[in-house]
Amino acid sequence: MSTTVQAEALPTRKITLRERLDMGNGVFPYFLVAPTIIIIALVAVYPIIDSVRLSFLNNPLIPSGSTFVGLRNYIQVIGDPAFRSSIWVTVIFSVTSVALETIIGFAVALLMNKTFPGRGLVRTAILIPFAFPTIVSGMIWTLMLNAQNGVLTYLMQSVHILAPGDSLLRTTTGVVIAAVIIDVWKTTPFMALLILAGLQVIPNELYEAASVDGSNKWQQFWTITLPMLRSALLIALLFRLLDALRAFDLFYVLTGGGREIQTVALYSYANMFVSTTFDFSPGVAAAVMLFIFCAIVAIIMVTLSRISQD
Amino acid sequence: MAKQELAVPSTQTRAEITEPKRPIQWGVVGRYIALVVVVFIALAPFYWTAITSIKVDSEINASPPTLFPQSFTTQNYTQAFLSVQPAFAKDLLNSTIVAISTTILALIFGSICAYAIARTKFRGKGGVLAIILSVQMFPLIALVGPLFVFFTNTINVYNTYVALIIPYLVISLPITVYFLTSFFRELPPDLEEAARIDGCSRLGTLWRVILPLAAPGVFTTAILSFINVWNDFLFGLTMTSDSNAQTVTVAIPLFNGEHLIAFGEVSAAAIIVTVPLVIMVLFLQRRIVSGLTAGAVKG
Repeated sequence: MSTTVQAEALPTRKITLRERLDMGNGVFPYFLVAPTIIIIALVAVYPIIDSVRLSFLNNPLIPSGSTFVGLRNYIQVIGDPAFRSSIWVTVIFSVTSVALETIIGFAVALLMNKTFPGRGLVRTAILIPFAFPTIVSGMIWTLMLNAQNGVLTYLMQSVHILAPGDSLLRTTTGVVIAAVIIDVWKTTPFMALLILAGLQVIPNELYEAASVDGSNKWQQFWTITLPMLRSALLIALLFRLLDALRAFDLFYVLTGGGREIQTVALYSYANMFVSTTFDFSPGVAAAVMLFIFCAIVAIIMVTLSRISQD
Repeated sequence: MAKQELAVPSTQTRAEITEPKRPIQWGVVGRYIALVVVVFIALAPFYWTAITSIKVDSEINASPPTLFPQSFTTQNYTQAFLSVQPAFAKDLLNSTIVAISTTILALIFGSICAYAIARTKFRGKGGVLAIILSVQMFPLIALVGPLFVFFTNTINVYNTYVALIIPYLVISLPITVYFLTSFFRELPPDLEEAARIDGCSRLGTLWRVILPLAAPGVFTTAILSFINVWNDFLFGLTMTSDSNAQTVTVAIPLFNGEHLIAFGEVSAAAIIVTVPLVIMVLFLQRRIVSGLTAGAVKG
């Protein structure tokens, strides 16, 4: 008798969620990650969403009196010349300071790329500006740029860059220049050390081979150095740019509270806290617009870095 | 006469024969000069603030400004500490308490999260990392509005430590997770295997094996978190209204009146606030730089 055993298809059962999540370590990792994600969701993600909600309201500080007004706050803000000039200030400041930090940082990194006695000391010394809270470095420089007693003002008056009695902080241009100087002073060391670390990863043989092939230093810079630094540079540029776009502390202290010359963040703050309650939600609207702008910048830069990696 | 067939003639040293006389290397000199200029620019404001803080008021206001202090006084420091408007000493305490609390919380939650990212497999790891990274890019001003409303209307913690610690976790958690992940990744997995074989649970290996090993990394991360929280100004300004919870960064601009700039006191306050930070940064500079650059350079 032949018994043919038919292989019956096993009844398929549904894959449980638990099995779907398990990649070898059970569901344990999710418990480890959950608190952090929950906190971030509550304290960062939810407020952003709520900012959007608040920006559509009128006078949200008095809950009983707030009404939905749609895009009115946004229209009001965009129509405000103070807002437009704050955009101008923010963009000029960001682009200028990030460009300068990168160029000067590159120069300093190239200077430090050879081992020499005292190199550790130099590296330590240039990291000191980085340790200052932004508000403190802003304050220090504001004192040095003070019209009456500032040492830098004195020096600038001596070489006739400034008229006697004048200071850099009187005009919008002057304040932006001062802010760029302070930001470059504070952050160039960070860029320099970042680029230096990237430079040191590039093997010397590449340069030697290129020299043998007859290329000069300049060509080597463009064809070897820059491409190999590309990913590190783009990340650093992204973070620095976003930092500069949300500049607040620096301009607050340079202008003594930020009433006339403002960045977008400062404009938003002034509307939320230094003005009437009716200005609270326009301030929030301005902050939301800054957030959207930063998001766009981030997406562009990330896409750029992805493309360059191909 | 014996012919001198020695390779090294006796009138000159070997070094002078084998190496031609070098002209002054202007490249090297230029490099050193440039570096001196860079270091000078980096340190000059710090020096200036330090000497201003020990000058008497009359010398501070003198024109032309003096490069080397002619006077010495501790008055600025005592005035800063005793100051009531702003209550500088209390604000220092507030900053310290808030920074330490935030750091401890961030370490607790962040270390287990970092361990999971570094050592385990789970779905959505990329998403978790993306969220943590992108939160670091948020303009904080966009968080201030709702948090302010929440802390005044919904739960009444405005002007208390809670109102600061909660937003500070947004600053501190991503840094903590980011750095601890890279430190955990560098630890050899064999020790964990041995502990697991000996019967230790996953969480047990974390507390008893990994954390002690990663202690220097944990310490560095704690300091970095502390510094970043300490440096904040925006939340301190918007979530507090007086010295009940005000932070020291908010206090610094408040020394100045409408038209009177308190040079001496502000300089002294700046030095007080900054010297601990400078010491910490100097102490950790190697680790900070390698930590900051590791992620970027490896890509």
